[in-house]
Amino acid sequence: MKKVLSVVVLLLVCAVTYAGGYRVSLQGQRGLAMGHTGVAMVNNAEIAFFNPGGLVHLEGKLNIAVGGFGVFSDVKFQNAEFGQTSQTESPTGTPLYLYASYNVSEKLAVGLAVYTPYGSTVEYPTDWSGSHLVNNIDLSAIFVQPLVSVKLLEDLSIGGGPILAIGGVNFNRNLTRNLTDIDGNRSNVTIDSQGLTAFGFSVGAMITPNDQWSFGVNYRSRIDIDVEQGDGDAVFSNVPNSPLAPIANGTYDFTATLPLPAEWTVGVSYKPSDKWTLNFDWNYAEWDAYEALDIMFLNTDGSLALESINPRNYKNASSYRLGAQFDVSSKFVLRGGAYFDESPVQDGFFAPETPRNDSYGFTGGFTYNVTDKLAIDASFLYLTFKEIDASYDSYVEGGERVPFGGTYKSSAFAPGLGLSYKL
Amino acid sequence: MKKYFNYIALPALALGLVACEPEFDNDITENQDFYTSGSADFSSYVSVGNSLTAGFADGALYITGQENSYPNIMAQQFALAGGGSFSQPLVSDNLGGLTLGGMQITENRFVLATDADGNPGPARLAGTPTTEVSNIVAGPFNNVGVPGAKSFHLVAPGYGNVAGVATGQANPYFARFASSANTTVMAEALAANPTFFSLWIGNNDILGFATSGGAGADQTGNPDATTYGPNDITDPTLFAGVYAQEVAALTSTGAKGALVNIPDVTSIPFFTTVPSQAIPLDEETAATLNASFAAYNTQVLPGLASFGVITAEEAAARQINFSAGSNFITIQDEDLTDISTMVQGAPFNLDPITAALLSQLRQTTNDDLVPLTTAGVLGTIDEAYVGFLVSQGVPVEQAGLLAINGVSRPLQDQFVLTTQEQALVTAAQTQYNATIQALADANGLAYVDARTALQNVANGGVAFSGGILSSQFVTGGAFSLDGVHPTPRGYAFTANAVINAINSTYGSTIPGVDIGGYASVTISNDVN
Repeated sequence: MKKVLSVVVLLLVCAVTYAGGYRVSLQGQRGLAMGHTGVAMVNNAEIAFFNPGGLVHLEGKLNIAVGGFGVFSDVKFQNAEFGQTSQTESPTGTPLYLYASYNVSEKLAVGLAVYTPYGSTVEYPTDWSGSHLVNNIDLSAIFVQPLVSVKLLEDLSIGGGPILAIGGVNFNRNLTRNLTDIDGNRSNVTIDSQGLTAFGFSVGAMITPNDQWSFGVNYRSRIDIDVEQGDGDAVFSNVPNSPLAPIANGTYDFTATLPLPAEWTVGVSYKPSDKWTLNFDWNYAEWDAYEALDIMFLNTDGSLALESINPRNYKNASSYRLGAQFDVSSKFVLRGGAYFDESPVQDGFFAPETPRNDSYGFTGGFTYNVTDKLAIDASFLYLTFKEIDASYDSYVEGGERVPFGGTYKSSAFAPGLGLSYKL
Repeated sequence: MKKYFNYIALPALALGLVACEPEFDNDITENQDFYTSGSADFSSYVSVGNSLTAGFADGALYITGQENSYPNIMAQQFALAGGGSFSQPLVSDNLGGLTLGGMQITENRFVLATDADGNPGPARLAGTPTTEVSNIVAGPFNNVGVPGAKSFHLVAPGYGNVAGVATGQANPYFARFASSANTTVMAEALAANPTFFSLWIGNNDILGFATSGGAGADQTGNPDATTYGPNDITDPTLFAGVYAQEVAALTSTGAKGALVNIPDVTSIPFFTTVPSQAIPLDEETAATLNASFAAYNTQVLPGLASFGVITAEEAAARQINFSAGSNFITIQDEDLTDISTMVQGAPFNLDPITAALLSQLRQTTNDDLVPLTTAGVLGTIDEAYVGFLVSQGVPVEQAGLLAINGVSRPLQDQFVLTTQEQALVTAAQTQYNATIQALADANGLAYVDARTALQNVANGGVAFSGGILSSQFVTGGAFSLDGVHPTPRGYAFTANAVINAINSTYGSTIPGVDIGGYASVTISNDVN
């Protein structure tokens, strides 16, 4: 027992935030503590995210889970050839979630899920050596999803519901590697657009053949967040006063599309004893939807003022997740987990705005049951990315490809706290 | 119950204790041995030189140019291996002009502006400069590059005396930061206690002669600098003496350093942009001109050759021929035999005006170099000459036709650097470089072959991440809009060349910079 605890503590010393691409795997304390598994495990209202097919299995009439995470992430960059170094300034993200479920009858449950499955916050020092690719970026998406879950057979249930995605982006980068105004201030652009909406859905199914085993599958559809003319502002600053400059200072409209890829998760949960539960989830994200981040800057009459073509060429990627739960007593439950998250970024497309490569996540946490109805859930995630020598080779200047790269190392740490309530 | 709280407290404690920063296996800033200084000590780097060292560009010294001076770029890299801070006597603005007693004494910088038709070209940035020469900035400075300085100026007392600026006895850039009226540039350099230095001086000892189209004198053989004009070539013996003195001073405290040699001034865009075949003519004009020079070509020149006044070779070189299309410029070449008196006698009997025209007349060849500044003169009317002709009784209309610069009116000495003048420049430069190399070898200092580096840029260019760095004016990326001084990218290229030489001499491992991250010419339409 003591040994288990010390391992958990070790795993928790630092925690992480992000999964491949701009996917955020922080959707519930209990699931996260178990390596962000849960497609086949009915634990609390978090199942609304992991597999709405399992909602109907929740005990009690009403189930609510709320919580949030503090995300502390760091990216270090160095290029030994030129002696360049940089480090992001740890911006703090705070993904939140709220899940609620109401059992209408033994065979029917309805619910609501609010969660933040996508996002990315990276802030480099302004005018760092990769500032022509990004100075800072803040991507966020909140999903709001009404749900219904039905028990079709004694051992088969399904569920799902439409998703309203509300997205926002704020992104600053310099126009080129060296364009400045007369005083040497780097020419840059900030694009900002908030409150964008789009629709999608998720569906899940759960099979519970006996008390020991359960199986789950969940699908979340692709959602394209489109920025259309009038949806946001692109502000160009410090551009020299010259017709030879690519664009003039000022505010422009822009269009862009950010795909939030579809993902599949299948998993199994096994209870070898009364006290233990073991989970394995396999998640497959269809990242090939993210071919490019192309931004078209428009004049007020809608004509093209400048275009920014940024190939991304992501590939589909898997993550493999393991989690364990140990019921220490009726009051106290311990959890731990780990996962391997395969990066969707391919060689030559390593853009510093999402400096993600293959990563290992280590998680842990606990639940303290304050009463039969109310529980406090806590979790930690430490995500460590392999050190990688990588470059982004598709930046074009004067008709020439200009690779930017070096050595990257990232890590992230996310402690979380939540409440679970059942009635 | 109590023991569970311990379980809760432990991770919370861990959270507080662990910084969670990612660590590189081999961090270039935290690993003290990643970049090494070898047998050099970069803790106090002092750079000595002229405009190139100061970061002069676009015809002026301005802040962003200074920030991109090659010594400042080098100092940033030195900092990776024990280098200290690097201070420069920054001017007050990015306009670049200087004032003395409130009066503007040097022009603002060039920027690349577009004209009404959208055609790009250099123009002076508009604005009132704020750098007042008599406002002395306090040093010591690590960068003691002084625009305009020649080799012997670095050891000349009073070169930074504000009182001497107006009379031309002192240098306004040095006056701005000279710690006393009688100090020398070398004394200011030593005041910064260099552990490492770079010395790049001597360019102006030939450059003034070259950019003036050879209007100065070659002072080879005359070691008395007090008798020199501003456009003269410095005596190589004088150069060797003062250069040795400077190296001795800089190394006197055990400092190591790098000596940079003198590039071919003739490969800079100032001399390679305007073609010697710069006169466009239509067929009719060419025929008219040819007709007017027919007697000169077929009678005068062969006649003079047959009399033995000029050689047959010179007679051939002096032939004037025009054709439809681009034509070579007509010039007055002081190295040709003056025939003006001779052709006024029999059998030619030419009038004095025609005789004066023909006195040392020839057309340029591809080997002559036309300074950038000559572009503004070609094809214009020499009004003074028109006035002279009219006073001699030539009708105004005809006088105008005879006064077209570079065509009917041969360009005077200062507008073309002829092959003979180039030879003088090259001869001096070769001797300077022999001195520099010998002193580098004798003192175990790094010898930087800037001449070869610049030749590589001029001959086809040098590849970098994002293109080719070449000497092409405006578009090549290496040279600023004065055609003489580098752009930030050109200075970054220079810094890499110096760093390479330092690394190979001292066994250091200072990294070069990515020159593609540095700007080329600056665009702006905020011009007069």
